Amino acid sequence: MSQEDGGSDPSFEDRLKTARSKQGLDAPPKQPLNEQGALSGSPWGIGARVGVELVSALVVAVAIGYGLDRIFHTTPILTAVFVPLGGAAGVANLWRLFAPKS
Amino acid sequence: MAAEGSNSIDALGQFQLHTTLGAVGASVNFTQSNLMMVVAGAAVLAFLYLGMRPRAMVPGRLQSAAEMGYETIMSMCTETIGGHEGRKFFPFVFTLFFFILFGNLLGVFPLFFTFTSHIMVTLALSLTVFILVTVVGLKEHGLHWFSYFVPQGIPVALAPLMVLIEFISYLSRIISLSVRLFANMMAGHVMLEVFGSFIVMLGGLGLLGYFPAALSLGVNTLLIGFELLVATLQAYVFAILTCIYLHDAVHLH
Repeated sequence: MSQEDGGSDPSFEDRLKTARSKQGLDAPPKQPLNEQGALSGSPWGIGARVGVELVSALVVAVAIGYGLDRIFHTTPILTAVFVPLGGAAGVANLWRLFAPKS
Repeated sequence: MAAEGSNSIDALGQFQLHTTLGAVGASVNFTQSNLMMVVAGAAVLAFLYLGMRPRAMVPGRLQSAAEMGYETIMSMCTETIGGHEGRKFFPFVFTLFFFILFGNLLGVFPLFFTFTSHIMVTLALSLTVFILVTVVGLKEHGLHWFSYFVPQGIPVALAPLMVLIEFISYLSRIISLSVRLFANMMAGHVMLEVFGSFIVMLGGLGLLGYFPAALSLGVNTLLIGFELLVATLQAYVFAILTCIYLHDAVHLH
């Protein structure tokens, strides 16, 4: 609200505020935008996010492993190495999402 | 399109691209998806221009909507990215949010195409964000930015492993950002199509089918409302995740 409305008349702002509070129109004080709280609404939303984060990390890891295998002709080895890494990265993603804020 | 072959539901046919605008469009492969992007862009411009034209002290409905959009994104930027930097990235996040929002919302209307239901489009958007975030990080911190991949307070022996994991995690943002938007939009439209086909197929069944057909119509009505929610929410999520990523790029750790 208080971004850049510097040009407006302060007395008008005051009058508006008193009028609003008299009518009970003022919204309750806004909660600070929590990075997770803003995203995680329903349990369904959380579930969808968990799935997407886990799978996307795995997809990237498999793509890297497969690509490197194609380059170095070591076909199954690097893919097999990168799959657990991808799983770990997925869990790291989740940790970053749901870790308690210190 | 639905239930043309009487007994099969062609739920994915709605996502097929075809060229529009006659021979001119066909010669440059201008598809209905491109057309909707242009329409969405024009709609955003019209919304902001017509909304802000009265410049009234006490805003009307459209002006209120435009101002609320501005203030929401501005506070999202300043609170998530941080005061000064947030303002710098405001135009980008604002454009991104409104482009996706209008794309999603226009897709709910009948006969309109949802361009965000194609992974190619969302992937391009998320790649833009990803490249921007990386460039911003490199520009702000130089080579020191690479310390982002080394989490604080880990044993030295684990560092190579953690760097690899963090790198994969960083790259996975492209996929998760794009798939979230694409999957939500596509799933919603497939559901709409399936229940829409149910109405036609069950309605054609005669007296026995009227009740389930009416039920499907009710479900579809609810789904439209749900789609409006998802359309707004996903645009918001895309924008705020962009902000969070930009915050990570500007403030290391």
